[in-house]
Amino acid sequence: MSAPVSRRSVLKGSLVLAFALAGPDVAWAAPAKKNGLPQDLARTPGLDAWIRIGEDGVVTLMTGKVELGQGILTALGQLCAEELDVEPARLRVLSGDTRVCPPEGPTAGSMSIPNGGAAVRQASAEVRALLVDMAAKRLRVPAKRLTVRDGTLQDSGGGARITYWELVGGKRLQREATGTVAPKPASQRKQVGRPLPRVDLPAKVTGETRFVQDLRSDRLVHGRVVRAPTPGASLVAVDSARVAAMPGVLKVVRDGDFLGVIATREWGAVKAAAALAAAARWKDGAPLPGDPHAWLLAQPTQDTVIHSVERPTDVAPTRTLEATYRRPYQMHASIGPSCAVAEWDGTTMTVHTHSQSVFETAEALAKMLGLPKEQVHCRHQDGSGCYGHNGADDVAADAALLARALPGRAVRVQWSREDEHTNEPYGPAMVTRVRAGVDANGDVLDWDYALWSTAHGTRPGGEPGNLLAGRSLAKPFAQPEPKNGGPPNYAADRNAIPLYAFPGQAVTTHFVKAMPVRVSSLRGLGAYANVFSIESFVDELAHAANADPAAFRLRQLRDDRAKAVIVRATERFGWAGFQRRPHHGRGLAFARYKNLAAYCAVCLEVFVSPDTHVPRVVRAVIAADAGEVVNPDGLANQLEGGLIQSLSWSLKEAVRFDARRILSRDWEGYPILTFSEAPSVDVQLIDRPEEPFLGAGEASQGPTAAALANAVFDATGLRVRDLPLTSERLKALRG
Amino acid sequence: MAFTLNVNGASHVINEEEDIPLLYVLRDTLRLNGAKYGCGVGQCGACTVLRDGSPVRSCVVPAVSLQGREVTTLEGLRAPDGALHALQRAFLAEQAGQCAYCIPGMILSAAGLLRRKPSPTEADIRTALDANLCRCGSHNRIVRAVQRAAAELAE
Repeated sequence: MSAPVSRRSVLKGSLVLAFALAGPDVAWAAPAKKNGLPQDLARTPGLDAWIRIGEDGVVTLMTGKVELGQGILTALGQLCAEELDVEPARLRVLSGDTRVCPPEGPTAGSMSIPNGGAAVRQASAEVRALLVDMAAKRLRVPAKRLTVRDGTLQDSGGGARITYWELVGGKRLQREATGTVAPKPASQRKQVGRPLPRVDLPAKVTGETRFVQDLRSDRLVHGRVVRAPTPGASLVAVDSARVAAMPGVLKVVRDGDFLGVIATREWGAVKAAAALAAAARWKDGAPLPGDPHAWLLAQPTQDTVIHSVERPTDVAPTRTLEATYRRPYQMHASIGPSCAVAEWDGTTMTVHTHSQSVFETAEALAKMLGLPKEQVHCRHQDGSGCYGHNGADDVAADAALLARALPGRAVRVQWSREDEHTNEPYGPAMVTRVRAGVDANGDVLDWDYALWSTAHGTRPGGEPGNLLAGRSLAKPFAQPEPKNGGPPNYAADRNAIPLYAFPGQAVTTHFVKAMPVRVSSLRGLGAYANVFSIESFVDELAHAANADPAAFRLRQLRDDRAKAVIVRATERFGWAGFQRRPHHGRGLAFARYKNLAAYCAVCLEVFVSPDTHVPRVVRAVIAADAGEVVNPDGLANQLEGGLIQSLSWSLKEAVRFDARRILSRDWEGYPILTFSEAPSVDVQLIDRPEEPFLGAGEASQGPTAAALANAVFDATGLRVRDLPLTSERLKALRG
Repeated sequence: MAFTLNVNGASHVINEEEDIPLLYVLRDTLRLNGAKYGCGVGQCGACTVLRDGSPVRSCVVPAVSLQGREVTTLEGLRAPDGALHALQRAFLAEQAGQCAYCIPGMILSAAGLLRRKPSPTEADIRTALDANLCRCGSHNRIVRAVQRAAAELAE
C-alpha cells in the first residue's frame, strides 16, 4: 500500500465544494459582534431585558441560557456582579423563561460564555455606566469621582452617597445598549476569574425544590405515556376501558399513535400505564439495520468537500497509510429520566421543562397544539444533566398534550428509565476513513479524510415534527428533512478539519439523510468521532515515523496556544520520563474544539490486564486553554466531567439493538463507568485573562477517546479503531 | 391499606396500596424531594435512603415492609436546628456535583458507609459507591467529599 494519494480523485464527480456555505452561517459557530455588541445583546438590545434593579436592593439578571449542571448561572452571575460592582449575593438570576428572559437560542455547543456571557458582561457594564451618570447628576459631582461598592455609589471627594436602588429601584431604564461602554480591564476584575461556589448546589444537596421532578402544585396530577415498543411502530388497537376504570385514573388520552393516561397519584399512573401498554396492539415499523456502519456506507449520501488545500509541492509521498474508524450509537443516558409539568388554563399552556431550547421548543409546542406562540409559556427548571438533546423536549410535548386534555390541572409526566433509554435521540453512529501520504521523515504531505454520518441535530427548532409526540398524532407533523447544520466543521463534520499544518488536505463529508435509529446532538457532536479518528491516526503516523507522538504533533502544529496545551499536559503527566511498566501504556491526544473554541490536550496512563484484556485508566491529565476563565473551578469540573464521560462512552458504551427493537433498555443493557473505573484526573488551566472566552464544555470529549486508544496501543501494540474499546475487541485483535 | 412509617424521626400513618414502593410514598405522599426516581429497578442508586442506617433502594422496596423500621432521607440528615450534616457540608466544600441529580443518593450511600466504616480507604469509598451512577463525571469530587466528611466526623 504505497500508491501516492490523488487528492484530485476525491474532487471528481458530483461533489459540492463547500466554501459557499462558509458565508452567513459562520456567525452561528464563532462568537460574533453586531453593531459593536455581542450577538445575543444585539438581538435584544434593551437593557431592561437583561437587568432590573429592585426597590429592595435585589438586582435581577435575566438570561436565556439555562442551568444544565454546567454552572452557567454562577458564571453569568459573576460576570454581572463584576461589571455592575455588586456582591454576587445581591443577584437573583431568572433563566429560561420565555416570557421574561432574552431569547438566546439553545444552551448548547459550548457557546454560553462566549455568547451569553459576553452579552451579560456588556449589558452590565452599560447599566453601571448609566447609573454612575445618573448618580453624578443627582449628587452634582463629576462621574469620575464616584466609586461603586455593592451597588452603593460614593463620592470619593465629598462623601455623598446614593445606591442603585435609590436611583432607579423598581423603574425601567428604557435604554438600549450602545456598545460604547468598555467592560473592566482584566487587571480590575475581582469577581471574574475566581472559583465562586455554585449558586444552585446548596438547594440540591439539601433536597429543596430545584428540579422539575420536584415541582408539586396543589393541582398536580400524574401522567404517563405509553410509547411504541419498537421504533416506528404504529398503534393498531387499544382496549382502554379497563384502564379508565382503574382507581385514581382521571383520563386515558389517545390521539393516533399517542397514548397516555392521567391519574391522581404517581404510583397509580405507573400501574395504569403498565396496564395500558398491555392492552395496546402495535404493528412494527421498518426493520433496524443489522450493522449500522455497513448500513451507513451503503446509503445514498450528500457529499461535500468541506475543506481542501492544494499542496504547493509535487514530491511523491514515499508511503501511504490508511485507516477506518467507527463510533457506535451512544446515549445521553441522563441519570434522571426526562420530566415536565404542564398546565392548560384555557388561555395559556404553561410548561415547566428542563429543555435546552425553551424558546424554540415553546414554538414547536405551539404549532403542535395549534396555538399562537404567545399562548405557550415555557419556564426552565433544572433537570438531570442532559449533555445534549435528550428526551427533555419530548416529555414537554407529552405533558402539554395530556394537560390540554385535562384543563386546570398541572400534569406531571415522568418518563421511565426504559422510556428514556429506548426513545431519546442517540448520538449518531459514524464511520471515518483517513489516508495520508508521508515523506521520508514520516511527515504528512497529503491528508485525505472522509466521514459518513446521519444528522447530529434534530432539536425541536420550532418544528413539532421533531417532537416524538408531534409525529405520532392522528394528524401527524412530518419530521423535517434532516440537515448537516451549520458551516463546515460544525455538525457531523465538527473538528473534521485537522488543525495540523499538513501541506495537502481534503476533507469530505458524506451525509446520510435517513435515520433508522433516532439521532440528534450528543455532547461534542461529530467532534467525538472526528477527533478520535484524527488523533488516533496521527498517533499511528508518529509510530510509523518512529517519532515520539508528542514531538510529532508539535512539529506539525503552527498554533502556539495549541502547542502550549500539549506541552503543559505532557509535562504534568511526566511524558518524557514515563517509567515503562509491563502492560501499562501512555497516550496523548489534542484538539481545539470546533477549531475555534477551547484548546485541550489529554494524557492518559492505562493498564491492560494480560489475563482479561480489560483496559483500566490509571490516571489522566487535561491541559486546557479556554481564553479568559470566568470560574476556574466550574471550568475544571466541566473538563474533568467531560473526560470521565468520554471514558465511559469509549470504554463501555454502544446502544444494542436487533432488527426489531432497542435492546439497551436499562443500566444493565447499557452500562456506564463506575467509581472504581474512574481515574484520578489532574486538570491544568492556562488562563488568559486578556483573551476572549473560548467555550469549553465539550472540549475534552474527543481528545479523551483518542488518548485512550493511543495508550492502549502503547501498552499492548494493539490498535483499536472501533469504539467502544472493550476487552472483547482487544481479545479479538490479539487472536 | 393503612400502615405506619417512621420517616426522619416522625411517625406517619400511610394509606396506600400494598404494592407501592417506598419511593412513591416518600415523594408523592410525604412530598419529600430527597429520594430521586432514576431507574425504578434498583440499578442506579438515585433513590437511595437509609433503613435503620443502611442504604436501600427505595424504588424497589415495598413501603409496607418498612413498618417498625427507621427510614432516613436526605431531609432527615440535617440537625434539628437545620444545620447541615457533615456530608452535605463536605459536598458543598468540594463542589461535588454538576447536575447533582444523583447527589442525594450518593450522600445517603456514603452515610451508610461511614456508619459501618468510619475511616474508609479511597478504595472502600469507590466500592461502596459503585452501584450509584453518576453521568456528569463528578466521581472524584464525590470521593473527596466523602473523605472530607469522614475526616471531620473522626475529629
